[in-house]
Amino acid sequence: MSDISSRGYANADKLVSTAWVAQHLNDSDVRIIESNEDPLLYPSGHIPGAVEVDWVKDLNDPLRRDYLGRAGFEALASRIGITPETTVVFYGDKSNWWATYALWVFELFNHKKAKIMDGGRLKWVEEGRELTREKPSVSPTTYSAPERDDSQIRAFRDGVLQHIGEGGQLVDVRSPAEFSGEKLHMEGYPQEGAVRGGHIPGASSCPWSRAANEDGTFKSAADLRAIYQEELGLDPGAPTIAYCRIGERSSHTWFVLTNLLGFGDVRNYDGSWTEWGNSVGLPIEK
Amino acid sequence: MAELPPKLREYLDDFGFISSREERIDYLIDISDEFKAVPASIATQPYDEAHRVIGCESEAFVWAIDRPDGTLDFYFDVLNPQGLSAMALSAILDQACSGAPLDQVAAVNGEVVFTFFGRDISMGKGRGLTELINAVVYQAKRRLHSG
Repeated sequence: MSDISSRGYANADKLVSTAWVAQHLNDSDVRIIESNEDPLLYPSGHIPGAVEVDWVKDLNDPLRRDYLGRAGFEALASRIGITPETTVVFYGDKSNWWATYALWVFELFNHKKAKIMDGGRLKWVEEGRELTREKPSVSPTTYSAPERDDSQIRAFRDGVLQHIGEGGQLVDVRSPAEFSGEKLHMEGYPQEGAVRGGHIPGASSCPWSRAANEDGTFKSAADLRAIYQEELGLDPGAPTIAYCRIGERSSHTWFVLTNLLGFGDVRNYDGSWTEWGNSVGLPIEK
Repeated sequence: MAELPPKLREYLDDFGFISSREERIDYLIDISDEFKAVPASIATQPYDEAHRVIGCESEAFVWAIDRPDGTLDFYFDVLNPQGLSAMALSAILDQACSGAPLDQVAAVNGEVVFTFFGRDISMGKGRGLTELINAVVYQAKRRLHSG
């Protein structure tokens, strides 16, 4: 894959290469963060100096279906040794699903100095770069965070309902079988299913993986434009909502539309199909 | 109901004593280090798709080879280099089920995945690992019913 700077991204500095990360391992202004689905991966070997942010125990409220609040985020930031000035670089498994998800949650707290390592964990490993099992020694910091702001990049059920009433554009990033309603859950995730199959009325189908190359890196801006703007007909200037099953795959698409293509108003509906497909009275299209 | 294979019982007891997430993860990683991929004398890539564990995103494969005493030797491979959980479970199943009486292997329930990996494992991982166990159990049941 070509250099990130030559791929024509709207906001290319949100993406860094494995080589860039390798050069900044000892940069005190940079914190490398691994976020995976599989909790065994980080302890089995991670980028030297990287800390772990776990999507279950660190980002989600243990009781309510919601993200951590301000105090929780401040505690997390302190534990991983960052300040509002620290540049955080996320990477992880599954082509950076959970890395983009974590970045999106950090941006809910206005931590905008956040980047993704292109290609994620697998690319780092396949390039034969160093991994360690040694956990870094982190000095806790004091981080004063704002209240979580759900108004800009997060969508809720009622907002989605209003959005479709206004003819707003939506991207369903699940598999075609989930979109059509043939399957009530993603392949391999039967417990995250729904009572009803189908999609939110008016949504375009575009599985998240179309934005990624086989090695997990992101496609060029031209290739992405061909998919999202030419093929799907999405208008970069119009409000857009992305959704999937619980909001993790759609955070990948949110990152692509917002940062790589420069769409001006993209929100991730994290309630996604596990909320919409199980709710009473919401309209569904097949 | 048949007993479980003794080595599996041992593992279940070990994991039953684990109280912290970190301890569980460290133990699973240690076990995953014992994973041995199927030898070339049994199978070489590209593998026959009939041996693929459907629903396992780590691309696990299972082979069951008959022993003269009527039990089975199990062999595994996990093609996804990030499939550590599948490797750990494969190592457990190899140690516990290879050479174990078929009725004991057939009595293994996929729910043991949650004893090993905990309840907070993601849905996808839980399903894939359960299918790995099911693939082993299926082979034992097939031999039992054909006998």
